Amino acid sequence: MKIAARESKGSTIFDVSGDIDLAHSPEMRKALLGEIKEKKVPKVFLNLRDVRYIDSSGIASLVEGLKASRDVGSRLILFGLSTSVREVMQLSRLQKIFEIYDSEEQALAS
Amino acid sequence: MKKSGGRLPKGFDSDTLVKLEMESNPECLCLVRATIERASEVLHFQESETRAIVRSVDEALANVMRHAYKGAPGRPIEIICRRVRSPGNGREPVGIEILLHDRGAKADPKKLKGRPLDEIRPGGLGLHFIRESMDVVEFSRKNGKNQLRLLKYLYPAAHKVRSVGE
Repeated sequence: MKIAARESKGSTIFDVSGDIDLAHSPEMRKALLGEIKEKKVPKVFLNLRDVRYIDSSGIASLVEGLKASRDVGSRLILFGLSTSVREVMQLSRLQKIFEIYDSEEQALAS
Repeated sequence: MKKSGGRLPKGFDSDTLVKLEMESNPECLCLVRATIERASEVLHFQESETRAIVRSVDEALANVMRHAYKGAPGRPIEIICRRVRSPGNGREPVGIEILLHDRGAKADPKKLKGRPLDEIRPGGLGLHFIRESMDVVEFSRKNGKNQLRLLKYLYPAAHKVRSVGE
């Protein structure tokens, strides 16, 4: 898994690629929580367009990020979900809990 | 297709496609996913079913690493992937059976039940993913070795996900 951060109008966009599994979800968790809790960025976007696989530990990291964002009054927004990632979100009954958009343009405009 | 508990229907059998031996290192999970994905495709599972099978095996292995081996690296895990075949001359493949063996701690039956999904909290989803995806989910233990048996049939049928060993 690779994760790269870029800034857009005071928000952070994480571009994630590869597989978010037990081996790599801790890295994503650390990046997310660092941005939300420590840097207190008001909007954090996760670009998942190039994420081929996510497991329950990856979902747990997303949920932790969402909870942290709600605690500090910021927003965590996902976009570009693949079929595989959407399936896992639906299995977890989280597709209506997260803010999810198809494209970066839609996400940034939200 | 009728099935009796978790046993294969009468006349059906299974043969081994691939046997993997790995260690409890999360970095190896991608290798197993790739193998199981290909095995499922070879058996003509549809894409969504292949994803479900891969997800189940991956989650099961993660559970072995985290719970049976309590995060310890370098511990042995065996994965046996078998093709389930129908009786008769055709011997057509009708499903995939995956056995996972480890020598870790015995599973706590209370923890094999999963958790309610209406709670929005991290953790506890792996078992749910497995049960939603596979037709048979059987936990057992013999001679200090845990076995998880996963089975998915190819053809749509009124299969209930069956968990044994809780």
